[in-house]
Amino acid sequence: MSVNPELLDTVFEPTSPYVVGREKVREFSQAVFAMAPIHHDLASAQAAGWADLVAPPTFPIVIQEKTLQQLLSHPGAGIDFSRVVHGDQKFEYHRPLIVGDEVVATLRVTKIQSLGGHTMVTSESTIETTSGEAVVTATSTLVVRGDEA
Amino acid sequence: MVSLWDGFEVGDVVAEGSIALTRDSLVRYAGASGDFNPIHYRDDFATSVGLDGVLAHGMLTMGLAVGPVTQWLGDRGFVSSYQVRFTKPVYVLASGSVAVSVSATLSKIDDPSEGSATLALSVSVGEGTTVLGKSFVVVSPR
Repeated sequence: MSVNPELLDTVFEPTSPYVVGREKVREFSQAVFAMAPIHHDLASAQAAGWADLVAPPTFPIVIQEKTLQQLLSHPGAGIDFSRVVHGDQKFEYHRPLIVGDEVVATLRVTKIQSLGGHTMVTSESTIETTSGEAVVTATSTLVVRGDEA
Repeated sequence: MVSLWDGFEVGDVVAEGSIALTRDSLVRYAGASGDFNPIHYRDDFATSVGLDGVLAHGMLTMGLAVGPVTQWLGDRGFVSSYQVRFTKPVYVLASGSVAVSVSATLSKIDDPSEGSATLALSVSVGEGTTVLGKSFVVVSPR
């Protein structure tokens, strides 16, 4: 099985709305050792001028992951999940995600490149609120390892 | 306005820290993130797919590596861009812990009037084995 080159520029359906929850942000923050009070303490976040708790920088992976599942499970993609390794990850933020945000994510395949028997699939997932405000763009490069000789 | 970067020169360490990862940390991250790939908690599964053992989620390493920067930054700004390359696995044994060391260095002031700047992250385990490459955090004031 090999990656279908026609995947390039494919845009997937927006994910169903995801509501950023306060306890989820606390739980995720604890899991990534993000101890800044704005991730845990409502009064601190509000004193800093945010409406609610601030999600730590890599929290958007939870939402982006739903788009990567669309890509990996797409029957025409030709991506063997057991051969996928995460190569690169990037987030570009207009602002942090805040508790209460209701967001959807839309993935586009932006690059497919073969390198030494492996295929690198780069995709960009734009995360915006259900009222259309862009919040963060998450870009992943997945390395699909080639067949062993 | 006082710049975030007053008193810092390019090349200076802005923030640093060290986190001890245990197998429990990986299980906790699996639950919090929803990434339940068994290579992150089951030794038998990890070795069956050719790994040397259970390894930390790359996104856990990426997540914890930005902590010293956000802690230092407090409410004076926010992270406007963050990128890494996953270059080496972080193996975590069933018992004991592995220390992940992070150092954030001022790389360049992107926009002196606005005050945004790029920090380069150095992230390593054990005796200095680098596990993330091309790791940059852009910080913007607010």
